[in-house]
Amino acid sequence: MGWFKRDKEGITTSTEEKKETPEGLWHKCPKCKVISSIEDHVNNYYVCGNCGHHNRINAREYFSILFDNGKYKELDKGLKSGDPLNFTDTKKYKDRYADAVKKTKINEAITTGTGKLDGHEVVIACMNFNFIGGSMGSVVGEKIARGLDLALKKELPFIMISKSGGARMMEAAFSLMQMAKTSAKIALMRENGLPYISVLTDPTTGGVTASFAMLGDINIAEPGALIGFAGPRVVKETIGKDLPEGFQTSEFLLEHGFLDFIVERKNMKSKLSQFLRMVKKSKS
Amino acid sequence: MDYLDFEKPIQELEEQVAKARLIAEESNVDMTKTIKELERQIKTTRKKTYEDLTSWQRVQLSRHPQRPYTLAYIKSMTGGDFLELHGDRQVRDDKAMVGGWGMLDGQSVMFIGQQKGVNTKMRQFRNFGMSNPEGYRKALRLMKMAEKFNRPVVTLIDTPGAFPGLEAEERGQGEAIARNLMEMAVLKVPIICIVIGEGASGGALGIGVGDKVLMLENTWYSVISPESCSSILWRNWDHKEEAAEALKLTAKDMLSNKLIDGIIPEPLGGAHHDPEGMFKTVKTEILKQLDKLQTKDPQKRIEARIKKFSDMGSYA
Ligand SMILES: [Zn+2]
Repeated sequence: MGWFKRDKEGITTSTEEKKETPEGLWHKCPKCKVISSIEDHVNNYYVCGNCGHHNRINAREYFSILFDNGKYKELDKGLKSGDPLNFTDTKKYKDRYADAVKKTKINEAITTGTGKLDGHEVVIACMNFNFIGGSMGSVVGEKIARGLDLALKKELPFIMISKSGGARMMEAAFSLMQMAKTSAKIALMRENGLPYISVLTDPTTGGVTASFAMLGDINIAEPGALIGFAGPRVVKETIGKDLPEGFQTSEFLLEHGFLDFIVERKNMKSKLSQFLRMVKKSKS
Repeated sequence: MDYLDFEKPIQELEEQVAKARLIAEESNVDMTKTIKELERQIKTTRKKTYEDLTSWQRVQLSRHPQRPYTLAYIKSMTGGDFLELHGDRQVRDDKAMVGGWGMLDGQSVMFIGQQKGVNTKMRQFRNFGMSNPEGYRKALRLMKMAEKFNRPVVTLIDTPGAFPGLEAEERGQGEAIARNLMEMAVLKVPIICIVIGEGASGGALGIGVGDKVLMLENTWYSVISPESCSSILWRNWDHKEEAAEALKLTAKDMLSNKLIDGIIPEPLGGAHHDPEGMFKTVKTEILKQLDKLQTKDPQKRIEARIKKFSDMGSYA
């Protein structure tokens, strides 16, 4: 299976990944605490070699795994939130936003790009959880919508990798309406017979689950991801007792019929490619 | 009538009127002048109170226990010519989401809406207007039926949110709402959505994608309730009033941010002060909007609907 060879040069280790250990050379698994070298960790798709825990990764890392030779063209890179409500809680949203940009060195909770996945030309959107909890504001919705517009125009499949705490409260109803915006564009993908794939990764909750993350022709997830509409804490408060083991995990969702399959990160590209090959428009 | 905290001055004056009337009756003293003066005061106090409500006060009005709910609107607007339909055909009938065919001035319309209970027992029965996934799936079934028979859909939104329960998660609350957003975007018949009370988050939006989205004057619509917003961003419940302001959740705010299409005025003091008047206003508005929407080509209508939601957002 030559088409799933990793291009080592295309792999970059994010700075936040390095910061987890003082030496910058080691990665400590947040689940089993076993330490491995950053190099091994990266080569293992940011998955713990000991317990299989899938570490949260940003678009940059995911794109290096999915796009052929790690090559892609980023879309709408400079798009930033307009702070429509001039929102202030204990802190100004503007300042929170600037801090997030500074800290993460990315512009928003989502990155979109276009390139080839195992030879298939695709558009991929991937959320960045460390940017304000991967929350969905105007920019997240708009970047997905523009990515879908491009997919519609060029008749390309769209792959959505979700990883979000849900709506961005500081954009209030603007955030809410991104759910309607993205879902409407996904309806157009359906009407045009174009593949829309949803990949759910840890965590995918709230308004993201209640819109684009659940609307894939296929919904697939990484193992052990938290996926739900209401957060586990809220559900626990509602029912007034402890939640059952494994509640709202990928495995739970698969069992209840909301996922097509669970796939380990190392097999993600080949599974996506296999699906795309099956549903590709037949040339007549 | 239940009074809200900011309505206390009105309550006091009305109690004085009642007392004056009692005195007049019991002791045969002429109180006409006193009553007249008190009533004048009530009028000006009411005007002053309701003229410039804060966001939080509107949230309070939207939840007023005497505020009319969905079925009351439907029954009045259709003059009782309403055929309620039940069930999602999969799991069960969700009592927090109601719907069915109703006759509105000679034309049949598919009504759908969240339903709150009118007393303690009914509030439980209606799950406080919080739908489970089957509520959204029932709503979708009815919308698809409306599409089949080429009749418009009118949704009445009034929910504190989709139900965050264990079974709701098991049965795919997120998926149910998501599917409605997608299907409503391309439904071939006209859709009018009206927030008649609370419009909380995805639970509201799940029946809220329409050609015309309107809000009654004293309702709110946002991604989260002011209380929950306060508890998350301020880490306690004491900042609900600030949160209500910050969220820009009133009808006026929502219209100026181009997130809704219009505001329907309420009787002074809120819908519960004159429910029949309120029903009439809403009915007139629905008929007016339907007139305009029905002349449009379905494909053009869908394109305009999608464009409207696509334009929502703020970025630089
Ligand atoms: Zn581990």
